[in-house]
Amino acid sequence: MPETLLSVRGLKVHFPIRRGVIFDRTVGHVYAVDGVDLDVPRGGTYGLVGESGCGKSTLGRALLRLNPVTDGQVVFDGVDVAALKGETLRKARRRMQMIFQDPMSSLDPRQNVESILTEGLVAHGIGDSAAERRNRVVETLDAVGLPRWAMSRYPHEFSGGQRQRIGIARALVLGPDLIVADEPVSALDVSIQAQVINLLADLQRELGLTYLVIAHDLAVVRHISDTVGVMYLGGLVEEASSRALYAEPLHPYTRALMSAVPVPDPEVEDRRERILLRGDLPSPANPPTGCRFRTRCPWVQATRCDTERPALTEIKPGHKVACHWTKEIASGEITVNR
Amino acid sequence: MSKKTDKIDALAALSAQRSETGETLWKAAFKRLRGNPMAITGAIIIAIFLVVAVIGPFLVPYSPTATTWLGEVSESQALFPGPRAENWLGIDHQGRDEFSRMIVGAQQSLLVGVVATLFGLVFGALLGGIAGASAGLGGRIGVWIDSIIMRLMDMMLSIPGLLLAISIAAMIGQSVATVMIAVGTVQIPIFARLLRGSMIAQAQADYVLASTSLGIRKPRIVLSHIVPNSLAPVIVQVTLLLGIAIIEAAGLSYLGLGNADTTFPEWGVMLTDAQRYLSSAPRFAVFPAVAIIITALGFTLLGEALREALDPKLRR
Amino acid sequence: MTLLDVQDLSVAFVRRGEAAVRAVDGVSFTVDAGQVVGLVGESGCGKSVTSLAIMGLLPRRGVELGGKAVFDGTDLFGLAPRDMRDVRGKDVAMIFQDPLSSLNPVIPIGLQVTEVLKRHRGMKGDAAGREAADLLDRVGIPDPKRRLKEYPHQLSGGMRQRALIAMAVACRPRLLIADEPTTALDVTIQAQILELLKDLVHEFGTALIMITHDLGVVAGMCDTVNVLYSGRIIETAARRPLFAAPLHPYTHGLLGSIPRLDALESEPLTPIRGSVRDALPWASGCAFQPRCDRPVEACVGAPPELDATFTGHEYRCVNPVRHSND
Repeated sequence: MPETLLSVRGLKVHFPIRRGVIFDRTVGHVYAVDGVDLDVPRGGTYGLVGESGCGKSTLGRALLRLNPVTDGQVVFDGVDVAALKGETLRKARRRMQMIFQDPMSSLDPRQNVESILTEGLVAHGIGDSAAERRNRVVETLDAVGLPRWAMSRYPHEFSGGQRQRIGIARALVLGPDLIVADEPVSALDVSIQAQVINLLADLQRELGLTYLVIAHDLAVVRHISDTVGVMYLGGLVEEASSRALYAEPLHPYTRALMSAVPVPDPEVEDRRERILLRGDLPSPANPPTGCRFRTRCPWVQATRCDTERPALTEIKPGHKVACHWTKEIASGEITVNR
Repeated sequence: MSKKTDKIDALAALSAQRSETGETLWKAAFKRLRGNPMAITGAIIIAIFLVVAVIGPFLVPYSPTATTWLGEVSESQALFPGPRAENWLGIDHQGRDEFSRMIVGAQQSLLVGVVATLFGLVFGALLGGIAGASAGLGGRIGVWIDSIIMRLMDMMLSIPGLLLAISIAAMIGQSVATVMIAVGTVQIPIFARLLRGSMIAQAQADYVLASTSLGIRKPRIVLSHIVPNSLAPVIVQVTLLLGIAIIEAAGLSYLGLGNADTTFPEWGVMLTDAQRYLSSAPRFAVFPAVAIIITALGFTLLGEALREALDPKLRR
Repeated sequence: MTLLDVQDLSVAFVRRGEAAVRAVDGVSFTVDAGQVVGLVGESGCGKSVTSLAIMGLLPRRGVELGGKAVFDGTDLFGLAPRDMRDVRGKDVAMIFQDPLSSLNPVIPIGLQVTEVLKRHRGMKGDAAGREAADLLDRVGIPDPKRRLKEYPHQLSGGMRQRALIAMAVACRPRLLIADEPTTALDVTIQAQILELLKDLVHEFGTALIMITHDLGVVAGMCDTVNVLYSGRIIETAARRPLFAAPLHPYTHGLLGSIPRLDALESEPLTPIRGSVRDALPWASGCAFQPRCDRPVEACVGAPPELDATFTGHEYRCVNPVRHSND
């Protein structure tokens, strides 16, 4: 068992809803992330899936302290990052980097590539001379498949896929251990997505990186992750190895999600039975009582679901589910009620 | 293996572009500007205005204050000699050469417009920048600082510009400096609000988040990322307000708040003088009025063209 | 029966002082009554411009339009703007990617639906109101009477798209064009909307042009699929042969680029190299040649012609992908 690099315990991110101009008062909270535990082993890839509004991006940003943490611990290599402040926090950032969804808006349009990549090096005092830093930049560009003369160019002169490579290079140049990738390919064309996915895998193999990949696309997450966590309305509902999750999804939400993903194969599509969910995602400012999925769950029961919030419990080795009726649903004792 | 082919693609894609070094956004904007007839018209007007204002006063045929032809003027008989070979724009009511007065007046108008707008820009950008930086990255205390500054700006905005200018003039007396300060002060909240709004919008951008996660210090993020990216609308506003400042300065001079020495030519003063002769010699009003309108138009055309050229939506 | 026959459609955008940008370059395809036809491709392939051209929604200035779009015997491009407005919404309707910007934000949903009914079906006040409620109910919007009074921003993304679909099908159009109708939506909502579209097409016998970048969506819906690249159709086939044995290297490459959820082991992806920016102009050969992994000499020089197998599977390639079980 490899050592755990990142360990999250009871993480909560609540955003206050404020009203008023100068004398504002808090009128409620958005429970964006509400009690999440997860572990990522060194060198592994943890995939976080969920639909918009489930809190996956907020979680990713909170891990890097780009969002305020309301409660809980984020232990990175033995240090609780959630408790760090000021200069210690700033120094700690070197080892935890982020890749963003939109490669255009995440690059300063007025900076050329060299400046984008050098800025972090200067901020952390890496490299003794400009020449040394330049070397490091060239090496990093090479690693992500960009030529040396990309350095003097500006972001708008590149295609979407190339821009994402610049974003990856910016994260890599500091020599991080952990990279949080928030929807790293969803803004890219299909043919480019595969290039970037393969690049991320190559880099992980060569540099021993640890990834936390956040995405809404289950197929992408399954492809690159060892372990997958499924999020719904601020909490994890299921966590399993990527193989087990897709072979045997146990939580009703995971099942519905997987049945909804279109597969580019008419044979599969024609045979598919969709589990259609009713209605829309409830507001994270006013989540349902008990199980948060109960308002849309096809298997919802009259008891427990509305009163008790199910905890994420290990059903099989490495396979955790947050549902009161996992066994009954799996065995067919409880069927879909329509 | 796959990486190698990827690299070759990237090379191929990049070599397709002609220029050897990167093209900054400013360069790209300038290119777009050069292709826009609106910008060219505006630039030509401004260039002529600048040349006239800067070197014109050294080349004028006569002194703008010398009442050389006073003998030919008769107010009672409404006799004012019009344009002729030695006086291209005719003689004014005091027997002075109208052409020389227009040229020297251009310099005054430019000076007042530029200094007033610079005054507004410096203080407005300073206040707006502090407010924007505090609101964008300053946390709870920052929100407070921002609120205080912006409520102050709101108060300034709520007073009609002319009234504000007249009060300032009343406080510090009648002079060219008064006009400059008065016109500039009216512009402070405009620049402040603009820069602040633009900075807050930029502070939400992913690249600011990226800089934070790189471990870059906040002051550097503000100064080298947020501010440069927020300047485009401010620059556009400078050109637009320059035109307006010239009109406003003329207006204040017209009201008699400008230079105490009313014999010294300035387009606004010339308009004031002209009103008494509107029926007998309308050209006294037409020359400065047309000059003011054309100059303001030049700045407005350039400003609008700049707005288009710097629009991030048109970026490709 | 052929409902829509697009012949040699070309669209070029002309900007003062710049070279014309040819977005669609000789696209021809047909749609039969009640058929679901897919237009698939990546950004910049011309799929959306094609649909806008058919709908007569391209700006008149700065656009050069060529070819024909014959709908039920009339060339839509020959119609006066006034007559086109009558066709639009009544016989041909469109659904867009972003339902929020397609709905008027300051008018209640109900009014927007009844307006369509009044204009195209000549219905009056109460009757139109009742029909509007029925329509919302039909597209799966719960509590339609209350929803009619609400404004677009009060509805969720999925509900907005349903409202837009209700407006589109209000006049029982014979052709519906859906431009990336589910791209802005979450996958569980996408599943709902796709089911709804399938049901409507089935129930009303409406023909549907499905424009998407998502091959998964196409696989489950379309009878015929047209794959576009750089403004031209490069492959056309019924969906089963297309997915089972794609002939054009681009289609083949796209399928190899997508991670599959149903694969037992995650197989390595085989991306297409380069990006759409690397396309050659069609006049000088195959636009896909710079990115192709099966290039031959004949790729450059003349544009490849559209070829067909005896089963009617069309492809624009001189060196198509061979499948062992052919």
